[in-house]
Amino acid sequence: MTLTVFALNALYGLALAMNMFVIASGLNLIFGVLRVINFAHGVFYMFGAYLIYTVTKLWGFSFPVGVLAAGLGLAIIAFFIERLLLRRLYGQEHLMQLLFTFAIVLLMSDAAKMLWGTDQYTVGYPPAFTGAVNLGFVVFPQYLLFLCVVGPIIAIAMWLLVDRTRWGRVVRAATQDREMLAALGVNVQMVYSAVFVLGSALAGIGGALAAPRLALTPGMDATIINECFIIVIIGGLGHLWGSFLGALAFGFVVQFGTVWVPNWQDVLPYLLMLTVLLIRPWGLLGRPEAGR
Amino acid sequence: MSGRVSLAVGIGILTLLALLPLAGSRYAIDLATQVLIYCLFALSLNVLIGYAGNVSFGHAAYFAIGGYACAILLTTYNWTLALALPAAVVLSGVMAAVIGYFCVRLTQIYFAMLTLAFAMLVWGVAFKWREVTGGDDGLTGIKVPTLLGNATSYYYFTLVMVASGVALLWLICHSAFGLMLVAVRENAVRAGFVGVETRRLRWVAFIVAGTFAGLAGALFGMYHRGMYIENAFWTESAQVLIMVLLGGMYSFFGPLIGATVLYLLQVATNQFTQYWPTVLGLILLVILMFLPDGLAGLAARFRRAGGRN
Repeated sequence: MTLTVFALNALYGLALAMNMFVIASGLNLIFGVLRVINFAHGVFYMFGAYLIYTVTKLWGFSFPVGVLAAGLGLAIIAFFIERLLLRRLYGQEHLMQLLFTFAIVLLMSDAAKMLWGTDQYTVGYPPAFTGAVNLGFVVFPQYLLFLCVVGPIIAIAMWLLVDRTRWGRVVRAATQDREMLAALGVNVQMVYSAVFVLGSALAGIGGALAAPRLALTPGMDATIINECFIIVIIGGLGHLWGSFLGALAFGFVVQFGTVWVPNWQDVLPYLLMLTVLLIRPWGLLGRPEAGR
Repeated sequence: MSGRVSLAVGIGILTLLALLPLAGSRYAIDLATQVLIYCLFALSLNVLIGYAGNVSFGHAAYFAIGGYACAILLTTYNWTLALALPAAVVLSGVMAAVIGYFCVRLTQIYFAMLTLAFAMLVWGVAFKWREVTGGDDGLTGIKVPTLLGNATSYYYFTLVMVASGVALLWLICHSAFGLMLVAVRENAVRAGFVGVETRRLRWVAFIVAGTFAGLAGALFGMYHRGMYIENAFWTESAQVLIMVLLGGMYSFFGPLIGATVLYLLQVATNQFTQYWPTVLGLILLVILMFLPDGLAGLAARFRRAGGRN
């Protein structure tokens, strides 16, 4: 493998990683605050991809409008799911919440089949990013480079939001001690709602951003959720930069796996996760949780 | 239910099942064979969930390992059933021992995720190891001994296997071991204080669950004359979890009810609509919102209400 080929693969890996980070960061945020493992995140992602297809291809709006519509659409869906149903299960065991999100998967993936059918769709690169860029050492598709930039921007934005604002402080407090926070007069229910909506919107945006690189098919939600789990677990559940690191590891392992052990690249992330779990069960940047 | 009553009910149901082929309906036999297989599958999972209190989200892995192993030994290596079936069951147990060794180091939600991850690894291997498993085409044309070639004889074979499996699981769950598992479930720290090695106990429960799931998988593969990667997919693990939950996980026989009801419901639904997942999703929502302890819990509530009057 020459240096050029290596660099090209690294860039492809990075683009995949950053796209996955956008999706996984939403799952991570929801887990970090609500302690709910949201199986429905994959189906939210699929809805995001289908929504951008409808908005840009069928209705003829521009790509940015499509991304916004996907984020907004998922935010609305998530708001109702949280308000009407999920909220009743916060006091229950993890198993109940897990199965609840699985019920949402079943209902929404069927809904997607009813709304969009079982045909395969493509979205295509947005007009502004159809070409390729000459980076000096390699020529790389503009859109994938755009993804490489979007990932870090979202990461920094989330870090600023959670670590540097008053609202972020409230969110972090909610992960630590819900009752205490409520006793201090904060509307914890509202915080939970907002976090679930924001996390789900990220799944929608991630799906919309992924749509140009993929073919949209009804089964596209089933594997993405596992990949998101891998990323979040590798990094440490609930840890933002951990997810970023996890996404990078995932992207590179898959991309170089495709080159070096073709056909087995899908198994490698699982091996990576198992290795991490055996050495640090709480993930690369996570902390061991006492008594949970 | 007291031991004697449940024994009487068990023998009654077993007799009815043994007489079923006399009804002469091929459809009923096919249906009953599959229900029996799912009953064993769900019951094996409940050792882990209901007794040990560990929610496994990857139980389909052991079902698939048993199914694939039995199918491969019978078909590719031409073993006799008398060797292939025990070997497949033992292999499922061994794999459960290896995977469980790592999984029981974690608890609760982390345990669930780790079991899920291992199950997806098994799925990935079944998918990609095309030379051995047939990949996404599945492993078809499984050679089943001619003696078990027709539906009725296979039904009886399944009935004997599942009934023995259920009886063994009953003995295991009602032994001192089963009681200790419940102690661990209720309060692992206290159980540790009185000298129970909680992690090893959960490990043994994991192995028991995996072994019997492997038996169910082997029966499944031979019945369908094929194993497919979907059998190892995480949605399959979720489905069996729902069976346990629907039946009621804190009752020994609950999962049997859950598996029967859910499977029959699926067959009935498929006759009217292709949207079985929607129906399943709605069922799941109803259980979660209104019936957290399943059908067995509902029955118990009715009995208590009746007793008061």
